Amino acid sequence: MGILAAVNRVYWHEFFFMLFAGISVVFAVCVLLTQNIVRMAFYLVLSLGSTAGLFFLAGAEFVGAMQLMIYVGGTLVLLIFGVMLTAQQRYVKMNTHPTDWVLATIVGGSLLVLLIGAAAGVDSWKDASASKKALAELDVDDARTATPLGLALTGVRVDKLDSDDPALANGQSGYLLPFIIVSVHLLVVLIGAAYMARTKRSATAPVGRAERARLNIMQMEHETDDVVYSASKQSSSSLLDSDQSQAEESTDEAQE
Amino acid sequence: MFGLEITPVIAAITVSHYLIVGAILFVIGAVCMATKRNALGILMGIELVLNGANINFIAFGSPYLRDDNLGLDGQLISLFVIVLAAAEAAVALAIALNFYNNHNTIDIDRADELKG
Repeated sequence: MGILAAVNRVYWHEFFFMLFAGISVVFAVCVLLTQNIVRMAFYLVLSLGSTAGLFFLAGAEFVGAMQLMIYVGGTLVLLIFGVMLTAQQRYVKMNTHPTDWVLATIVGGSLLVLLIGAAAGVDSWKDASASKKALAELDVDDARTATPLGLALTGVRVDKLDSDDPALANGQSGYLLPFIIVSVHLLVVLIGAAYMARTKRSATAPVGRAERARLNIMQMEHETDDVVYSASKQSSSSLLDSDQSQAEESTDEAQE
Repeated sequence: MFGLEITPVIAAITVSHYLIVGAILFVIGAVCMATKRNALGILMGIELVLNGANINFIAFGSPYLRDDNLGLDGQLISLFVIVLAAAEAAVALAIALNFYNNHNTIDIDRADELKG
């Protein structure tokens, strides 16, 4: 019992918030400061993964799981593939110009002061009563958000059934249309990405790789023909023959 | 003892704490977009910016942090943000690979053919 009381006195909510927020911010700073693109990708994985921990802590466990699955498992793996495809020796580390750093620090610092001042300036945002009440009477059943979220995406809002607003109480604040728009958007985008990222050497380069190899072989054969032909030409004494051969050579050069 | 000492600093986690974390991630992402020369580094900055915005939506929608919260609306919007970020990353990566294939560089400063 003594151990349990001691554990209860530890501020777990604050502890995990500080842990996840600290990991997230520290590795975001690492992403900013490192010049190595491979390390940037790894730090970004850690930063976004601990952001998912913040989502879990705020009671959005479905969004936290989606953050881990789509963002860390999908988007970042895509980015890492991009890094692997493009990270050649001289593009792994690219140094930023010092004047860029100065300008970005000025702009970013003033933006940070503005945003933090706004975030800490509203009194109702600093009200901790809801947080204390939730911690006191925490119910696991209230924390299940996957089913209401899924129903909201199909257009039914089961969480707004006892709302004061009659329009909301009918469950008419669903997200079916945005869901369909986003679905079609995602489909179009993936088709477009596959279309753009495909290899199209015949369209970009004037001569494709296979075509170039074939031309090289033809040129080599032509040169060996020339050697054999000039050897035979030296042995022959006929002027007509040599004229004919020069004519043939000139037509070959024209073809080339 | 230790818990009592840190109590005045973080008495309880409120919306403000989440907003400050979101603001820091947003600013880091914006600076990352401005300073990186690698096209993929700029993409990573965009991801950080979208995550900072997502933290704000989740904080305002959390029933544990506010009584008059957004409810599920905040979580739904952040889901849409995540999906659109995935779509954006796919297209931007395709453009970056196309640029790399055509120009043999990933340096974004070399993409100056339009002379803008």
